[in-house]
Amino acid sequence: MTTSDEPDQEPVAPQLVRPYVITNGRNLLGDHEFSLITLVTAAEDISRTGNLDPEKRRLLELCSGGYLSVAEIVGHSHLPVGVVKILLSDLTEEGYLFTRAPIPAAKLVDRHILEEVLNGLQARFG
Amino acid sequence: MAFKPALDDGVYLRESVQTAAKILVVGHFAVGKTTFIGTMSEIPPLRTEELMTQAGEGIDDLKGTTGKTTTTVAMDFGRLTLSDRLVLYLFGTPGQQRFVQVWEDMSRGALGALVLVDPERLEESFPVMDLVEHYGIPYTIAVNRFDDTETHQDEEIREALDLLPETPLVNCDARDQRSSANALIVLVRYLQSRLR
Ligand SMILES: Nc1nc2c(ncn2[C@@H]2O[C@H](COP(=O)(O)OP(=O)(O)OP(=O)(O)O)[C@@H](O)[C@H]2O)c(=O)[nH]1
Ligand SMILES: [Mg+2]
Repeated sequence: MTTSDEPDQEPVAPQLVRPYVITNGRNLLGDHEFSLITLVTAAEDISRTGNLDPEKRRLLELCSGGYLSVAEIVGHSHLPVGVVKILLSDLTEEGYLFTRAPIPAAKLVDRHILEEVLNGLQARFG
Repeated sequence: MAFKPALDDGVYLRESVQTAAKILVVGHFAVGKTTFIGTMSEIPPLRTEELMTQAGEGIDDLKGTTGKTTTTVAMDFGRLTLSDRLVLYLFGTPGQQRFVQVWEDMSRGALGALVLVDPERLEESFPVMDLVEHYGIPYTIAVNRFDDTETHQDEEIREALDLLPETPLVNCDARDQRSSANALIVLVRYLQSRLR
């Protein structure tokens, strides 16, 4: 957990204060380009990571073994969703991460995806 | 690579996976959402936590609340890699109406929802049914039978939940993988039928 390694300075909602610090005070509840199922991985050739925040470094480490969804990064990092989305968004802009965006909800696409989901479920459990 | 990966190999997706899809597993308190996800997931289920501001907005009724309160909403989820290029995520989404923000997020991009219901506590499913309908998420009812005495017929349940004739209803034991997979298959077939 993010709050456990530091003494609480305020008795009120330390879990609120901490993310605010990590994200430099940016709004946690705005619209972000990342959804929970956006797939993310670290770039192959990362240099100059020395000046990254510890939290960003940790996320980058999580991402460096292959692709994971944003939800999985949240789950493994134990940080709140909003915080992770902001940090990942920064890391992507800074060139440390690559993403595979979730599919747009066009009907034609859905048709293919549903077929693939069905085939996959049947192959595995049928 | 600049870092040694922080997690074991098996945690990561196959290199070839291009597309992620999601299905919601919803239902009232203690209906079996976590069990269902644990049964189906190829990875140990994980949790996401989101800080939510509760204001008197949306469909929740919080009259008399002054100012805002914050609450943590936890969701558990699991993963199923279904082909070389496709991964499916199952999100267990709490059925309480006060989690409107979560529902707004979760409904976006969801293929559909599996609504778990306990036939002994049907009225507890009304709020969650309202939510899936409000957000226009196509759904299938999975009746989680907690005891084997089949006192409730499918027809009674359909009537009590006021289901459309086209809405599928399937029996499901969330502890059993075949049974749970079958419920997902019924849902996906229904989603396909809606596109025809
Ligand atoms: N007999 C039976 N018991 C079940 C079934 N599914 C879940 N249970 C039991 O019901 C209890 C609650 O299940 P959970 O999976 O924790 O329910 P939940 O919907 O995640 O609960 P909350 O997250 O608290 O809302 C557990 O003790 C399960 O073992 C089922 O299909 N049949
Ligand atoms: Mg649960």
